[in-house]
Amino acid sequence: MSRESALVTAQWVEDNLDDPSIVLVEVDEDTTSYDAGHIQGAIKLDWTTDLQDQVRRDFVSKSQFEKLLSERGVSNDDTVVLYGGNNNWFAAYAYWYFKLYGHENVKLLDGGRKKWELDGRALTDELPKREQTSYSAKDQDKSIRAFRDEVVEAIGSKNLIDVRSPDEFAGRLLAPAHLPQEQAQRAGHIPTAGNVPWSKAANDDGTFRSDEELAQLYKEAGVEEGRDTIAYCRIGERSSHTWFVLKELLGHENVKNYDGSWTEYGSLVGVPIALGDEPGEAPAA
Amino acid sequence: MCGATKGGLSLDGVDVAKEAIVQGVVTKDGQPVSPAYVRLLDRTGEFTAEVPTSATGHFRFFAAPGEWTLRTLAPGTDPSDRRVVASKGEIAELEIAL
Repeated sequence: MSRESALVTAQWVEDNLDDPSIVLVEVDEDTTSYDAGHIQGAIKLDWTTDLQDQVRRDFVSKSQFEKLLSERGVSNDDTVVLYGGNNNWFAAYAYWYFKLYGHENVKLLDGGRKKWELDGRALTDELPKREQTSYSAKDQDKSIRAFRDEVVEAIGSKNLIDVRSPDEFAGRLLAPAHLPQEQAQRAGHIPTAGNVPWSKAANDDGTFRSDEELAQLYKEAGVEEGRDTIAYCRIGERSSHTWFVLKELLGHENVKNYDGSWTEYGSLVGVPIALGDEPGEAPAA
Repeated sequence: MCGATKGGLSLDGVDVAKEAIVQGVVTKDGQPVSPAYVRLLDRTGEFTAEVPTSATGHFRFFAAPGEWTLRTLAPGTDPSDRRVVASKGEIAELEIAL
């Protein structure tokens, strides 16, 4: 993967609005955002209802994902272009999710909804019509998804990257500051994790920094390229953004997103936690 | 439910005494600005959160006590920075005139 294959510009999207083989998909943290206005032709995926199992904490199954995309009119050959608010946090999460289920052609609109709006480009409330398809997904690609036991074992042996803000990393905040801070889990971070906030990978307008700047950023943070990497945040969306940078833009080999992230880890009984601005030591075996 | 809702989350059901709230409105020539994006930067200048303004130009953050900077981005204007101090149990209210 590379910048050319994984990212498209707002201008490219505007120039290709009428191409039926390109499906624009809006995924927002604020799931009402699409309803008020979206890019012409874009369909909506709701990350809380469409992409998550409604009983247990997990993703929808392969067959549910197939049914979802078939109903929304997405076929296996389509190029899916994702965009969303919050600097593409949830669009990057959906990108990773499409890759998890093996969709071939997925791209991210650089800068997402914010860049589109700041450019003053048009939005519409008109709903698109797409014919039903019969979508076929692959089995989950577990090489890009990390689970809790692997994360605990990774302490001191793999690159662990905590991409939350410095105050969340240190334990001074429990959630990004657009959310109330009263939360059930403990504060802090996984010992030995480096803190590279996702935002360091993006410009103020939400577009990604250059490949040279990105490579430098992770090198300076001590991310060793030959080592396996696991990224996490609070619920796995911001870390999808960093997973996208490392895997899709910089081409690192073994990068996983830990979607359980801090809301799972910070609730586990007996696991080590580090507080403060430093990564902290691996506990003695 | 987790939402970077336009304008910030409602205070309904939130125990304000436990939060250090920063909120306000973005205006230009006395009129509310929407869309605009307000970013909360920590004391080192690092990004902590961002909220798109509501139709009435409003935004809200749940910060930690301390000094913060609000950076406002809106179409056709340069980014504008404002310092603010948040305290637990209080609401810091600002008008950001672009």
